[in-house]
Amino acid sequence: MSSLMKKTNLNSKLNSSNKKTEVENPFYDPSLQKRHAHARRFKYFTMGSIIFAISFLVFFLGDMIVKGMPAFQQSYMLIDVTYNEKTIDSTRKAIDKKYRRIVSRAWLRDIPAMVEQDPSLMNTTQTSWVLVNHQVDQYMKGHYYKIKDKYLQTIKEKQAAGELELHFNTIFFTQGDSKIPENSGIKSAIIGSILTLIVTMVVAFPLGVMTAVYLEEFAHDNYWTQFIEVNINNLAAIPSILFGLLGLAVFINLFGVPRSSPLVGGLTLALMTLPIVIVSARAALRSVPDSIRQAGYGLGLTKIQVVQDHVLPLAFPGIMTGSIIGLSQAMGETAPLIIIGMIAFIPDSPDSIFQAATVMPAQIFTWAGMPERAYVERTAAGIMVLLSILISLNALAIYLRKKFEVNW
Amino acid sequence: MKPFELKTRHSDLKEQFIRFLLFSAAAVSILTTFGVLFSILFEAIEFFQMRSFWYFITGTEWSPGVADSKFGALPIFSGTFIITFIALTVALPIGLGSAIFMSEYASFSLRDKLKPLLEILAGIPTVVYGFFAAITVAPAVVNFFQIFGIDASFNSALASGIVMGIMIIPVISSLSDDVIRAVPDSQRKASLALGMTKSETIKAIVLPSALPGIVSATLLGVSKALGETMIVVMAAGMRPNLSWNMLEDMTTVTVRIVDALVGDHEFNSPDTLSAFALGLVLFIVTLVLNIMSVALIRKFKEKYKVNTL
Amino acid sequence: MANTTKDKMTSQKEKSEENLKVKIRDLNLYYGDNHALHAINMDLYKNKITALIGPSGCGKSTFLRCLNRMNDLIRSVRVDGQVIIDEKNIYDKDVDEVAVRKRVGMVFQQPNPFPKSIYENVAYAPLKHGLIKKGHYCDDLVEKSLIQAGLWNEVKDKLKEPGTSLSGGQQQRLCIARTIAVQPDVILMDEPTSALDPISTEKIEALMLELKEKYTIIIVTHNMQQAGRVADYTAFFHLGDLIEYDETETIFINPTEKKTEDYITGRYG
Repeated sequence: MSSLMKKTNLNSKLNSSNKKTEVENPFYDPSLQKRHAHARRFKYFTMGSIIFAISFLVFFLGDMIVKGMPAFQQSYMLIDVTYNEKTIDSTRKAIDKKYRRIVSRAWLRDIPAMVEQDPSLMNTTQTSWVLVNHQVDQYMKGHYYKIKDKYLQTIKEKQAAGELELHFNTIFFTQGDSKIPENSGIKSAIIGSILTLIVTMVVAFPLGVMTAVYLEEFAHDNYWTQFIEVNINNLAAIPSILFGLLGLAVFINLFGVPRSSPLVGGLTLALMTLPIVIVSARAALRSVPDSIRQAGYGLGLTKIQVVQDHVLPLAFPGIMTGSIIGLSQAMGETAPLIIIGMIAFIPDSPDSIFQAATVMPAQIFTWAGMPERAYVERTAAGIMVLLSILISLNALAIYLRKKFEVNW
Repeated sequence: MKPFELKTRHSDLKEQFIRFLLFSAAAVSILTTFGVLFSILFEAIEFFQMRSFWYFITGTEWSPGVADSKFGALPIFSGTFIITFIALTVALPIGLGSAIFMSEYASFSLRDKLKPLLEILAGIPTVVYGFFAAITVAPAVVNFFQIFGIDASFNSALASGIVMGIMIIPVISSLSDDVIRAVPDSQRKASLALGMTKSETIKAIVLPSALPGIVSATLLGVSKALGETMIVVMAAGMRPNLSWNMLEDMTTVTVRIVDALVGDHEFNSPDTLSAFALGLVLFIVTLVLNIMSVALIRKFKEKYKVNTL
Repeated sequence: MANTTKDKMTSQKEKSEENLKVKIRDLNLYYGDNHALHAINMDLYKNKITALIGPSGCGKSTFLRCLNRMNDLIRSVRVDGQVIIDEKNIYDKDVDEVAVRKRVGMVFQQPNPFPKSIYENVAYAPLKHGLIKKGHYCDDLVEKSLIQAGLWNEVKDKLKEPGTSLSGGQQQRLCIARTIAVQPDVILMDEPTSALDPISTEKIEALMLELKEKYTIIIVTHNMQQAGRVADYTAFFHLGDLIEYDETETIFINPTEKKTEDYITGRYG
């Protein structure tokens, strides 16, 4: 029988077998249906869990944006303002009586300062855009408000005349915290965060890199080294709030570092950031191939020269990436800073690391606890600013890693 | 004529000095761990000199700041336990499910996209979760139970527990994913070649092999939930409440630590020092959990000879 | 060339249609764009051992994995053509690959017992398939399978110990016991002894000769002496082509193809 014949023979057989019912399929197994259904359900469960996690992320970010966006706008009203001796003395007289419960107290308070800055205003009446209070602002944004009817009438007239409008909220970025919601901003918290993080990095970066260099390049595998490694591991697992207790008991009570200052905050965060820097720096050092070191020794360099001139520069991008990630974690940390008093009410930006300051997450925490509705949108807006900075930092870290990625 | 430069005293000293400097830096991490331990321990000892240790761990009334103040931490421990339990109920199935999807079902490119997305959840500051729990989840919980005519507190343990659970999803999913992927492929092939379906293979072969790692990840998650502060400070209650009802407000160890240390108390009063007693308990529990977690992972690594974890 | 081989084969009596177990028709396999198996046609006989030999990368292991659809697990693989077992093409749409693997067992190169007890290793699949229930039927099946795999005497006192505690050769026989516990028709073996010492290899070879009474065995091997010792038929693969397929004796003593001869005599490989 030729193979060709055999094939046709076979095909005909195959066709006939296809026509047969399923039961005659030798591979038919009724119990499999159930098992496959089970397998499908299991797969859908795993798929569902990751979809849940990711949709939570989307919902959460969306929720923050919806809640926070209104804070980037603020209502202003166009009215006549009179500047003279009398109004500087008693600022509420600078505007028409019917506007007195509409305009922001914070704006009126600033009238003497405005005149001082621009003396030509004296004894004139200007028509200008004036900040209104938070209840009117909430009305303008369509939120819940509490305004007496007689003022509401004025507000509606002004709105109809186009003399009450939402403008971009510069105050949010140029002012510190305030008990007057429409006058509060995130600037002092941003500056506090920057000062704190500078202290953190100045301490954690060199200490972390030096520890990593010691463990990777110099340490022998002995009891001490293992002990240090276990410690670093534990350090990373200690709840952050306990670092606050350390900061309070050691830095403030023992060493007398000023309470609430970026210095004590930075030191506390540095100890928390240390393990992250160490771990990433070690990984970076380990990824530098031994051939580089061998080459250095071959040229007659000492160990320290090899590490300093050849290994460290090659490991530097990796170390930077890890440090930025550590930095962004420190930036979002709140609990230990509450313990060491960095949630104080700080209207003015700190000038030095010894002054009382607040940081962004602490400012968010403070605002979240305020009863006025206007603070809710500010809290969410503060979160948006904080998250944008964190995302940028992480993007930078990823960019650095990709750019300097070397496959040895 | 000298064939080689002689080793100079100067360069030797310099090398010694740098070595010493590096070692000192490494020692800081030891100092920090012991710093945390002792700073808490000493203040806690001071507290227990003033108040009974036995009542602290078994007493049911916690009433600081009053003339006849009492420090029985049992309701605080129970609140912490219940909120952690809720968090784990959320995080374990979702975290493990996500890990299984990423390691067993998703293609490489999909996994590379999903994993960083999940890790964003880990990167969100806890104060942000706290705000979300207080402003969005807590009212939602109240409204949901209103439908059934059940009153829930706006500071319910449930709301903070759920949000805390979401926060620890990536803790569990990330490590579990690594561990599941480290289970040798030959195991999967052997099971599939015996005519097992994929889910049977995962459940009967892969997950049992990865179990030490999954338990380790869970312990890390528990440790993270126990020490989590901001979510509970913002969304859970202040009231020590010995109850099993998770719709009631409850308080946790971390909340009471914050409460004791914020405000103008005298430092050496039992009110303030109680924070350190609670901190000591938290420190010991999380340390034990971490050590167990590390030991389990080491066991897994030795069993499958992997170094990538 | 293939024609002449087949003509010769079919001329013999025992190679009648009824004794055919597996028929492979025009089997092509692609890894993405890489055409790895070229139109393979082959007949495999019942209760015989067929050895697949050839240099590394010739496609013999890939071919083996086609016979129980293990290649389906690799995303980029595409198969066309037919593998007909018991008059049914296993690549037909109405055939479940899980059911195929139940009837076509496989033993791998590296012994890969599950990290479970010896007993559980054997009982795992039959229990899941619902072939037996827990209890003494299960004990019987485990015992029977271990006896068939020639491992019973060595492990009967330590069934609760982990399978991984056994030696390499014992592990491999455990894997064979695990496979036959599912009662397959065909057993595929992918270089089953390449990771073992000579004594273990000998035991497994003896086992194969016993098992062929009940099963159809197809074995991939690097070791030509092994093919000579155990196989009734031998197929020589080269670069994704089936070069020659005949009785083992013919292949080794009087191959038709020059390439086969070169390989057998060790000119490459």
